[in-house]
Amino acid sequence: MAMTIQLNGDPFGIAGPLTVSALLALLEIDERRVAVEHNLAVVKRPLFQSTIVYEGDAIEIVNFVGGG
Amino acid sequence: MDLLQIAERSFSSRLFVGTGKYPSPSVMVQAHAASGAEVVTVAVRRVNISDRSKESLLDYIDTSKYMLLPNTAGCYTADEAVRTARLGREAGLSNWVKLEVIGDEKTLLPDNVALLEATRTLAREGFVVLPYTSDDPVICRKLEEAGAAAVMPLGAPIGSGLGIQNANNIRIIKDSARVPVIVDAGVGTASDAALAMELGADGVLMNTAIAGAQHPVAMAEAMKLAVQAGRLAFQSGRIPRRMYATASSPVEGMVGR
Repeated sequence: MAMTIQLNGDPFGIAGPLTVSALLALLEIDERRVAVEHNLAVVKRPLFQSTIVYEGDAIEIVNFVGGG
Repeated sequence: MDLLQIAERSFSSRLFVGTGKYPSPSVMVQAHAASGAEVVTVAVRRVNISDRSKESLLDYIDTSKYMLLPNTAGCYTADEAVRTARLGREAGLSNWVKLEVIGDEKTLLPDNVALLEATRTLAREGFVVLPYTSDDPVICRKLEEAGAAAVMPLGAPIGSGLGIQNANNIRIIKDSARVPVIVDAGVGTASDAALAMELGADGVLMNTAIAGAQHPVAMAEAMKLAVQAGRLAFQSGRIPRRMYATASSPVEGMVGR
């Protein structure tokens, strides 16, 4: 089923519901290098497989960049 | 061995360096090696969803050699900083955070009221909180009371290269703190880092002074030596300042007198 989520602040169309792991795989993101927030709560890495993303959910995917 | 102890970890290098603004990743790798640092700061930012081609910073940092210290740079509220710290912990799998809550865009000076609140929240959640703060002994004491594992007063505004603006405050902060004092921000050149250490600081954190130098790798080595020299000088006990000269050579036995 087509659904729209808020991904890093922007609307993003995707087939779902799906797990955080499936979303990262779809986006070709190495899940060991990122942290994920689901509706303002951090998702612990072991829970990527069991956390389901639904229509309208807000997802933030972050990684480390250069900084001081 | 003169180790720096923060929370449960000890470090032989007292220089912490950043990962931003280097001319290239390979220069950063060489500069990190030349600095002798064991801790490198990193920022937490959204992954670029539309362009996944960019290399990851972590391709260039050997995490078996360097401890990653995520920062909350760019956060303007306590909530934002706490949220960023939690994400940084998850991305890096360490509970350490360089906590920044910025209060002003032009000076990037800290919002110490929000910083204190965020320090309290994160310390309660088990974070090892290293707050970047003003060179103010009173706020440093309050941060310590709020659970900070170290305090990180600025020498001068971030990236300004102005050096230690209020040396006496750094001394007072060090004199009253029971946690390590890391001078963070404002270093321009090696003598600034040496001065921070001579004042008694336990360490120095810098990014732009190395990354923005014409020769970052050489500057990284200069900073390593400066921090070591400043530390040694501090431990050696400097002579008092005097208004007039005191001769180094004997005043007796002068020829023809």
